[in-house]
Amino acid sequence: MSKTVFSRPVGLIGAMALALGGGSMALAQEGRDPAYAAARSAGQVGEQKDGYLGVIGGQSAAVQAMVRDLNNKRRAIYTEKAAGKSTIEEYAFATACRLISQTQPGEKYQAPDGTWKTRGAGAPERDARCP
Amino acid sequence: MKALELTGSTPAATSPAMMSPVRYFAQQLASRSGRRAACAVMMMTGLGSALAGCVNVTAPDKPIVIELNINIRQEVIYRLSQDAENTIKENEGVF
Repeated sequence: MSKTVFSRPVGLIGAMALALGGGSMALAQEGRDPAYAAARSAGQVGEQKDGYLGVIGGQSAAVQAMVRDLNNKRRAIYTEKAAGKSTIEEYAFATACRLISQTQPGEKYQAPDGTWKTRGAGAPERDARCP
Repeated sequence: MKALELTGSTPAATSPAMMSPVRYFAQQLASRSGRRAACAVMMMTGLGSALAGCVNVTAPDKPIVIELNINIRQEVIYRLSQDAENTIKENEGVF
């Protein structure tokens, strides 16, 4: 992954490969698309109490489209995993309990009363039904 | 999922807010049309006494069942918790 491997004319490609390598390293750490990770840490999107992502305030069309896409994927996963176990809503809710617990300080989550909170150092406010 | 028998001894009527009104009326309609069908059969088979038979309404042979899937139940959430954690780990990019 070193630039020195490449000869001079492909120096730019080498730099691109480095950038890509760095990107995939970030993916391996977080598992998230960089745009999604950025929107999360910027507080533009947050974890809702129903297991889906929410857009906080007026965000760009790109952020809204990204959230829509991720929520569609989430719904597909919930639908598949809930089969024979529970309703989709119940499965999504159970996942939300975990997801809100796993938010990092600075990220947004939805409190049981529906308001957006910023995760602090302590435990987040969760629904009483969360285990 | 969990269901309560409306015609049974369970206190289903104490929690009407949990029932879906649409489903409830659908059940009511279904049971009524069932009686009408029974009446029609009786009117075709019997003649004079058939009318009296229609007045005597018999209870439906099956209890009216209302599914209570609307409310998210704590016991289910608890049971799903580990499963949900595995799902999050399997789909890191989405969560």
